[in-house]
Order: sequence, then C-alpha cells, then structure tokens
Amino acid sequence: MRIIIVDYGMGNLFSIYNALEYVGGNPKIARDPEELAGAKGIVVPGVGAFGSCMNQLSRFSSSLLSCFQEGVPMLGICVGMQVLFQESEESPGAPGLGWIEGKVVRLPDGVMIPQMGWNSLSIKRHVNIFDGISEGDMFYFVHSYYGQPKDKSVIAATTNHGVELAAAVVKDNLFATQFHPEKSGPKGLRILKNFVRSTIC
Amino acid sequence: MLARRIIPCLDCDLGVPGGRVVKGIEFKQIRYAGVPWELADQYYQNGADEIVFLDITASSDRRETMTSVIKKTSLSVFVPLAVGGGISSLEQAREVFNAGADKVTLNTSALKRPDLISDIAGRYGNQAVVLAIDAKRRYSQEEGRNMVQTEEGACWFECSYYGGREFTGIDAIAWAKKAVSLGAGEILLTSMDRDGTKLGFDIPLTAAVARMVRVPVIASGGCANPEHMLEVFQKTDASAALAASIFHFQECSISDVKTYLKENGVNVRL
Repeated sequence: MRIIIVDYGMGNLFSIYNALEYVGGNPKIARDPEELAGAKGIVVPGVGAFGSCMNQLSRFSSSLLSCFQEGVPMLGICVGMQVLFQESEESPGAPGLGWIEGKVVRLPDGVMIPQMGWNSLSIKRHVNIFDGISEGDMFYFVHSYYGQPKDKSVIAATTNHGVELAAAVVKDNLFATQFHPEKSGPKGLRILKNFVRSTIC
Repeated sequence: MLARRIIPCLDCDLGVPGGRVVKGIEFKQIRYAGVPWELADQYYQNGADEIVFLDITASSDRRETMTSVIKKTSLSVFVPLAVGGGISSLEQAREVFNAGADKVTLNTSALKRPDLISDIAGRYGNQAVVLAIDAKRRYSQEEGRNMVQTEEGACWFECSYYGGREFTGIDAIAWAKKAVSLGAGEILLTSMDRDGTKLGFDIPLTAAVARMVRVPVIASGGCANPEHMLEVFQKTDASAALAASIFHFQECSISDVKTYLKENGVNVRL
C-alpha cells in the first residue's frame, strides 16, 4: 500500500509527507511519471503560479489521467486543485489539466489577497472524506485565486472570502481542496486519514 | 470570514546543544522556558493557529540547529511554522523552507537591504515573507513622520534592529507600507515599549499599522492575559495576536484564551 506524492519541482513536500506518514499513509515521493504505476493513492500538491506549475506538471499529465480513469483515489491540494481546471486568470494561455470544466479566477478586490489564514467550511456534499468534519470547521488557506466549476455539483464545500468560493471539489475518485489539510491541525489530519482509508478499500 | 489567530512565539537560544526556548524581558533579561519542539508540540495540541520560532542567538554557527528544530517540529506539528532571526539571504531562507518552514520573518536584514523582501517573495510567494518590526514610541515632533494619537500624546514610531539594541531613524508605519509594496505578506509588529511589561498591546500602534496596510498584522508585545487579546481584537484590525511568556509559564493555556475570545464574540478556531 503506497501513496504517491507527485514531486514536480514546485516547493518542499515535507509538510504533506510528514502529515501523510503521521496518519499512517506510508507516502512515497515520485519525481518520474513511471513511479505512478501501481499507486494506491496519489497526492498532487502545488505551490507557486498556475503557469509554472502546469509547465512542470505537464510531463505527468498522461500518467495522472490514466490513474484517474482507472479509479485510483486522488487528492489535489491548493494549486494542485486549481490545475484540475481548464485555465487560470493567473497565467493566461496556460492550459490546465481540464478534468473539471471551468476557470480559475482572482479573488475579488476589497478583500485581503492572498487569503491567508483559517476559514470555515460550509459542506455541500457529505462525501466519505468529510467523515468527522462538521459544518463550520476551520481549515488553513493560502491563495489568491480560486476555481469556478461550470458544474456546481462538483463543489464539496465552500468558504467565504469576499465571495463564496469552492473550498473543495469532488469528481468520482478525485477530491481536491483549496485549503491545506497538512497545515490545518487535527481536522486537516482527519481529512488525510480519510483519504488514506479510501486508498485501502 | 477569516478567524483571528493566536500565535505563540518561541524565542530560541541555539547556542546550546539542541537549542532551548527563552523569554526576554524588555529585550534584556532572559528566562529559560523549555525545549523548542516539545513546547511547539504542546502549543499545537492546545490549539495554536501558527508557531513562530525566533532565533535570538548572537553567534553565527547556529543555522543547522534551527533547521533541526524545524525538522523535528514538523514531524508532529501541523499548522504553519514561521522562522526568523538572522536570516539575511535567499540561500538562508531556502534552508529553513527546505527544513519545513512555511514563512520566514525578516527584520534587521530587510532594513539593511529591502530588496531581500522582493527576492524571497519572488521565489516563495508573498505569503512566505513576514516583515518583523520592532517599534518604539518617539514623542518628538518631526517633519514627515506618521504621527499617531495616544493617551500619552502624539508620537511616531521608530524601527529598531539588532534585537532592539540599535535604532534606525526609520518611521515604522512608512517602513511597513514600503515592505508590503516590496512583497511582504504579513507584518509582525512588536511594541518595544510594551514588550515584557505585561501592560497589554500597544493599541494605537497596532491600529495605525493595521489601517495602513492591506496585509495581515500580528500584534506583539505586552500581552499578559486573555483580556489583552480581546482588547487588541476589539479595538484594532489585527489579524493575529502573538504572545510568549503567558503560554510558556502556564499562566494560561491557548485553548482557554480562545474559548474566552469566542465567548466574547471574536471569531477564532476552536
């Protein structure tokens, strides 16, 4: 049983690695697309700008897509959620993975950008990965852009920062969060634990 | 809506093996408080929203000690970690980020070379750069200063560096605005007049800076009890309150403080 953290060269993966290990996930960091073969679960982290992330991630995109289609549980975090969309205002012209229809847009004027800190979730879909998570629980966010899915039914939870925005999306075996579960204390660890559990079934 | 944050600060003396947490009083006397990662873990379990490590060692052979403190802490502490004290280059910032830090706090080095802010922000993002300001009241009337009304009269605030040992002549409010324009994503604002006095935060200082910048301001210096935290959140737009000794010496626990704040209408994470 192995959970693969995709390392495409965008920042340190210590936090997510330590958090997955802490909840019993037996993580492994993969720098090559070939290492995704046989993964029981895949985590796509992400920091930095959308365009540079996609630049680095593109060599993984076909391997990631086949894992997604095979039903391997997947977790996208922060920019790792944004890259699932088709495009972003942050990097015009850079195509995203496009697994979720819609666009990533900038937070509205008049609020602190980036949104940085703990914000509460409003749960829209009671998926298994939210086991142990209650309405209003707080998670740690750091971002300037957010995804706007065309099909609102993929929104698993929202939060409010000048606008009600998608804090988590779910599509088949794919779950992704705009917040950082690995920096969100015990509640964040609970989500990671639920993810790890979903990779065992 | 974003929660107001409670941040314990661990002043670390890394001149001893493994490092130790100490607490200074008015930037001078030192008391021993504990092992850095053990205290950090205890505060995390108790509801800290973030943890700040400040290296107050005067020597220079301590960098490895700080990275080992961060590595040990990040094994069991899953909230943001900020690290400061003596970081004066992009390379040194990289070392602490690679060890697991989420943010660096800059003070002296940024005052001496403001471009360091944009260098680090350009590579790691604005959210990763916290500008620390140690500000001291000056009641002299001077041309071009940002004057603030206080109960003791109008004053401006002067930035200090080298751990409070030297003054710069720089206006703290002007410096905060400039640092934000260079890419600082947060301001850690310490009142030198209040630090270690247990008289509560410098409200006029905190209110003025929080009004002038569009990034989160962390109030620091002088907190002795939950009422001081409530006061700074009710009277200013501070995003967070930082304290050290009231947590170190078990005068009150973080969860007690947060419960008290919540009961008094402050949005905090419980």
